Amino acid sequence: MLSISNLQASIGEKEILRGLNLEVNPGEVHAIMGPNGAGKSTLASVLAGREDYNVTGGSVIFDGKDLLDMAPEERAAEGIFLAFQYPVEIPGVSTTNFLKTALNEIRKYRGQDPLDAVQFLKLMKEKMKLVNIDQSLLSRSLNEGFSGGEKKRNEIFQMAMLEPKLAILDETDSGLDIDALRIVADGVNQLRSPDRATIVVTHYQRLLDYIVPDYVHVLYKGRIVKSGPKELALELEEKGYDWIKAEAAV
Amino acid sequence: MTPSYASYNDFKDQLLAAFRDNEERMNGERKAPIHQLRRAALKQFDQLGFPTTRNEEWKYSSVSGLLKQPFDLDDTTTVTADDLAPLEIPNLDGNLLYFINGRYHPELSRLVSPAEQVKITSFAEAIKAEPELIGAHFAHYADYQTNAFTALNTALATDGVVVRVPANTTVEQPIILRFITDTRTKNSTSQPRNLIVVGKNAEVMMAESYRTLGEGASFVNVVTEIVLDRDARMQYYKVQNETEKAYHIGTTQVSQKDNSHFYSATITLNGHFVRNNLNIVLNGQHAEAFMYGLYMPNGRQHVDNHTLVDHAMPNSYSNELYKGILDDNSTGVFNGKIFVRPDAQKTNAYQSCKNVVLSPGASMNTKPQLEIFADDVKCSHGTTTGQLNDEALFYMRSRGIPKDEARTLLLYAFSQDVISQIKIQPIREYLERVVTEKLTK
Repeated sequence: MLSISNLQASIGEKEILRGLNLEVNPGEVHAIMGPNGAGKSTLASVLAGREDYNVTGGSVIFDGKDLLDMAPEERAAEGIFLAFQYPVEIPGVSTTNFLKTALNEIRKYRGQDPLDAVQFLKLMKEKMKLVNIDQSLLSRSLNEGFSGGEKKRNEIFQMAMLEPKLAILDETDSGLDIDALRIVADGVNQLRSPDRATIVVTHYQRLLDYIVPDYVHVLYKGRIVKSGPKELALELEEKGYDWIKAEAAV
Repeated sequence: MTPSYASYNDFKDQLLAAFRDNEERMNGERKAPIHQLRRAALKQFDQLGFPTTRNEEWKYSSVSGLLKQPFDLDDTTTVTADDLAPLEIPNLDGNLLYFINGRYHPELSRLVSPAEQVKITSFAEAIKAEPELIGAHFAHYADYQTNAFTALNTALATDGVVVRVPANTTVEQPIILRFITDTRTKNSTSQPRNLIVVGKNAEVMMAESYRTLGEGASFVNVVTEIVLDRDARMQYYKVQNETEKAYHIGTTQVSQKDNSHFYSATITLNGHFVRNNLNIVLNGQHAEAFMYGLYMPNGRQHVDNHTLVDHAMPNSYSNELYKGILDDNSTGVFNGKIFVRPDAQKTNAYQSCKNVVLSPGASMNTKPQLEIFADDVKCSHGTTTGQLNDEALFYMRSRGIPKDEARTLLLYAFSQDVISQIKIQPIREYLERVVTEKLTK
């Protein structure tokens, strides 16, 4: 589904990704872990198409198409979803209105008819249950004045509405208490299916107790330096990242 | 017969001559108090002359372009209802008054409110029929001593509207004034003058709308004086959608007594050169004034909003929010003055001006001016000028919303803070449509 090879990316003069390789197949959950500054969020941003980053080498193929050639909105329409580490406040645009516009733009891209108001509301009601989100929150300006937990829950709600093929969760656990974390993880788990894949970017192992990955990768200095089964996450939790750094230095 | 502009050295001479020409044709009206007042105003205009950018109040707004245009002062036109059809605001109910080149045209207008709710007459008619009313209010509020354009209007204004709302009355239907400048055969000017007197505990909704017909240049110099008695409430909107050759200079002067509420919105959609003065004197306790503004110039348009709130008495409240979206090579000015007089303790005055500049060629000058002479007051002001939020754009695009669509959605939301304040629904819907059209251009 997703094939990243030798990906190199920089911001300004600073090189951040230095030859990253990753294969993700449908149905899989991959965790990307690593110390601060390793390039975890950069990877998420580059995949979603953030223009601040320059891709200086390598390729990303998604469902047979060159992802790096596409605008962010095209990537979304092709089925990529990024749950932001810091969801942006959009004053004056309600979540409902925002999602209706997004969903119908994606449908237009795919040659589908737009959902009418009734169909849209039905879908929304269905997905609201998934992340236990309140109607009143959805009619407010998107993310404006939301608590940290509400913002993250709203991200997962958006993901549920847009039903991506590949979801990238960028530090979704940051700033969440344990109850909020559980609700967010439940939402993600309910969306797991054999034809969807998830990349979970996280600094801590904690989230992976709730969203259990098939593979764990350690990102360090812009490369994946170690990959393994879910137990690798526990090992990192126990031993920290220093042994990885030492191993990578060899 | 008005002589052609070619016979004068400049626009000022032409205007002065028009006054004298009119005076010569008077029959017994020359001695009337109103004419004496007009003479004083003309003298003042003559002395002041058109302002230059050396005048602090006109620092960023040069009228030199206006003075280079040859204008014909003759206000006769042949506008028909069919000509106006394309300019119509759909579904507009209520009292609708058409002024063509400043002159009231009853055959194009309709008055629907019963006489016990409101008295609506043309200014020209009121001067003749109700000299006492005019004498009691005309030029009592708008300052013609220092403002040359107000002086010019005071001297030359022949028509406009006079609205009186009796005490304890609610005017159920809005009063919409449509000022149309007909430039189809010549460059046209007008000097509309409006007087609105709202009685104790009375309520009214009004709007002024400005449009242009034809491709010629236009110059509108309007003065509206509004007097709110105790407990009166008024919604007042000014909507400008004129052409690339339109010059508009306007002053709205408001005087408020105890516990009166004034809500205004000034919306500038299009126009070549626009200067709006909104001056509010809170001459009573517990009076409240709300001022909203939205301007969205593009091309080479220039929009200047000068507001003044004068807190003269204690315990009053003012709140101001102006928002601008500037594109291409347009320029904007916001100058917001708040006076708090020594007596005006417990004043609350808030002011905010927010701007989005979409192009490197566009610019915005903002200047808040607070002059506070009382010690127990709450005042705040803030201005921001920036670009469209890139983070917000990326966030929206990452959800599948194309860039242009995302930009429109963000700007539309930005404008909604002002447009949503408008209580006359057909006008609000009209604005929503025109704003969307302009944003998606």
